[in-house]
Amino acid sequence: MTVRVQPEDFDLGSEILELRRGDTGIGAVASFVGLVRDLNHGATVAEMALEHYPGMTEKALAEIEEEAKQRWNIINTLVIHRVGPLKPTDQIVLVAVSSAHRGDAFAACEFIMDYLKTRAPFWKKEQTEAGAHWVDARESDETAARRWNHQPDSTGPA
Amino acid sequence: MVTLLYFARLRETFGLSSEQASLPAAVVNVRSLTEWLRQRGGAWREELAQDRPVRVAVNQDMADPDTTVRDGDEVAFFPPVTGG
Repeated sequence: MTVRVQPEDFDLGSEILELRRGDTGIGAVASFVGLVRDLNHGATVAEMALEHYPGMTEKALAEIEEEAKQRWNIINTLVIHRVGPLKPTDQIVLVAVSSAHRGDAFAACEFIMDYLKTRAPFWKKEQTEAGAHWVDARESDETAARRWNHQPDSTGPA
Repeated sequence: MVTLLYFARLRETFGLSSEQASLPAAVVNVRSLTEWLRQRGGAWREELAQDRPVRVAVNQDMADPDTTVRDGDEVAFFPPVTGG
């Protein structure tokens, strides 16, 4: 169970190699990479800045990983979230989960991402041609996170 | 004394990222702390108005209006999160 909050970019391949190194019980790794898009609500994003709450952010992410471990039969997890200035096409976030079988890894990876979006203290500020603005939270992210309230198994949301 | 932290839009609007504050005896929880800050007026009254979606964490755990605030606590105010 690893959490890293960092300005630096990451390499998906080497991170996954490290996650599964030496563990012959791992039969599956599921991963998600989030990227900066150049278009949000019709405005062209030139740059964005990610702010976090040092201490609480890491704690919240570790708690989300722990909850995933309680819910699914998973072996290891990795969450990397970048902070600071980012540009379109940059990687923002990596969630990777290892398990014996794919169902647990798929479901836990999506669960961690959904909870991260609504519970981990990060804030995005976008720079567009119309000026800089803080991104509003989206109800669809809350809805995605709520799907897991009654899904304490490997099947994922309905 | 408590440590108050402000993040994202609130940090910018208040022009403040953190402060140490001595709380009056009437401030016992998140609700009364928020009300006390609102009495500063201006941006404080506006941003912390009851209909604004402000989140509060006490000692780095998400809090609700009834969460107790004690001397020595770290209390953070921020907008709904938008990471990922």
